[in-house]
Amino acid sequence: MRRLPSFSGAALALGLVFLYLPMAVLVAYSFNASSLVTVWAGFSTKWYGELLRDEQILAAVWTSFKVAFFAASMAVCLGTPAALVMTRFDRFRGRTVLASMVTAPLVMPEVITGLSLLLLFVQMAALTGWPADRGMATIWIAHTTFCSAYVAVVVAARLREVDRSIEEAAMDLGSPPAKTFFAVTLPIISPALVAGWLLAFTLSLDDLVIASFVSGPGANTLPMVVFSSVRLGVSPKINALATLIILAVSLATLVAWYVMRRGEKKRRASLARPGG
Amino acid sequence: MSFRSRLSALFAARPGRLSLGRRAVIALPLVWLSLFFLLPFALVLKISLSEAAISVPPYAPLAEYVDGTLRVFLNLGNYLFLFSDSLYAAAYWGSVKTAFLSTLVCLLLGYPMAWAMARARPRAQLVLLLLVMLPSWTSFLIRIYAWMGILSNSGLANQLLLGLGVIDAPLRLLNTQFAVVVGIVYAYLPFMVLPLYAHLTRLDMTLLEAASDLGSRRFNTFITVTLPLSTGGIVAGCMLVFIPAVGEFVIPELLGGPDTLMIGKVLWDEFFLNRDWPVAAALATIMLGLLVIPLVLFHRHQSRELAP
Repeated sequence: MRRLPSFSGAALALGLVFLYLPMAVLVAYSFNASSLVTVWAGFSTKWYGELLRDEQILAAVWTSFKVAFFAASMAVCLGTPAALVMTRFDRFRGRTVLASMVTAPLVMPEVITGLSLLLLFVQMAALTGWPADRGMATIWIAHTTFCSAYVAVVVAARLREVDRSIEEAAMDLGSPPAKTFFAVTLPIISPALVAGWLLAFTLSLDDLVIASFVSGPGANTLPMVVFSSVRLGVSPKINALATLIILAVSLATLVAWYVMRRGEKKRRASLARPGG
Repeated sequence: MSFRSRLSALFAARPGRLSLGRRAVIALPLVWLSLFFLLPFALVLKISLSEAAISVPPYAPLAEYVDGTLRVFLNLGNYLFLFSDSLYAAAYWGSVKTAFLSTLVCLLLGYPMAWAMARARPRAQLVLLLLVMLPSWTSFLIRIYAWMGILSNSGLANQLLLGLGVIDAPLRLLNTQFAVVVGIVYAYLPFMVLPLYAHLTRLDMTLLEAASDLGSRRFNTFITVTLPLSTGGIVAGCMLVFIPAVGEFVIPELLGGPDTLMIGKVLWDEFFLNRDWPVAAALATIMLGLLVIPLVLFHRHQSRELAP
């Protein structure tokens, strides 16, 4: 088994270079003085200044953050019960339907989801008068729907690892199911809820296609603004924006890594302690 | 089991025994997802059968109540139109072809990557996992945009090839089929690696040792032991790439050219440019029909992961 790992090791290195090289190029050219993205004309931070003065982009960032915050929060409220039901309830009417509705959004092409939701909103408006205008509320509903599927998968993976004997012990001692969930299960799975929320938040921030279908006049999310700019060609301002996004995500990942490593160390220390 | 007992087992799923609280826990996600995920598909089917009209919304009603009688108009014209114009068939074929090719490249690159990750030291595994996932948490749009700069005529790829003397004149890389495949592989590679890694870490190494002790060659062991044991991960990874890639819009729009006809882009144009909602709905319905088998495959794998 000596040669195979070195081949796969080379593939891993190649894959990582493939994943990171384009992002490195993006970052490098965000400091380019020239407005031509492909010609290097000296170091400059002027594109960051222009980015921060761009009212349209700033407004879109704010809209995207609001939608992502509320969509991620609602997705956790929907995805957690879905995960609980899938992993803890054996048989009930609608299990198959729920299972397919939790897995299908993970892969469903965005154009289909976007178009179908738009048709729903139009039909709803015709029947009930709501939503009269499409905008942030409809984007919020659309994002909540597909994000809750991702949250459900993340939380379900954690729920399957939880030692059920603790829950059973609580129930045997007379704790009602709801209290058992909030006092025993929820604290154990809370890291998964945080992870699910963060994943939902980034997915919502990132979505272009679904938001384009269900949005109305006036509600432009960041990807919609970036897309209309990128369609016209490359622009160093977008490079500056990309650099800031990459920086934010890298910092968040670094924090997550640190927290996970510390948790692992603590766990090992408590295992090593005699009687612990 | 007889049909009748099976039927009664299906309906006697003991809903009476479920407490009110349990029912509420089930109802919350079930109702939301039924309303905002399942019902919309029925509407897509419905609109695909109606006629386009110059009105708001731009389609004719399917049923009308005129003079005390209900009239239902079912119009297959949109589907007939899709079959009559070879552009649409070419777009479906182009999508499936491109998605298949990209999935294959992802698998060939992703499998050894996942294998190397699964065999790394536990501490390194976490770092490698985060490194593979990190790009997918940044902006998808911006990562595709990065390739627009790299592949353009004066871009880095052409500068490099010119500098090395491989080519004399810039190659047309952007707005080609090649660029679309590169873009899809780049964007979806993490989704291939992740399920493969999850399956390969669970792989029992003693099985490989046993095979090698019994004189099996490495390649032979890989084909007869490792590969069959990681089928679940391969199916999940391939479906996570293939299904969304078939309907991809952003990548063919930004990196594709006249030779890359993909159905996601055609649907977008029908909807946003031609404002022909019924034809867009018919395109979506046929796309869903094409994706039924991959969706079922993915669902089967995923329910095994979700099962209690």
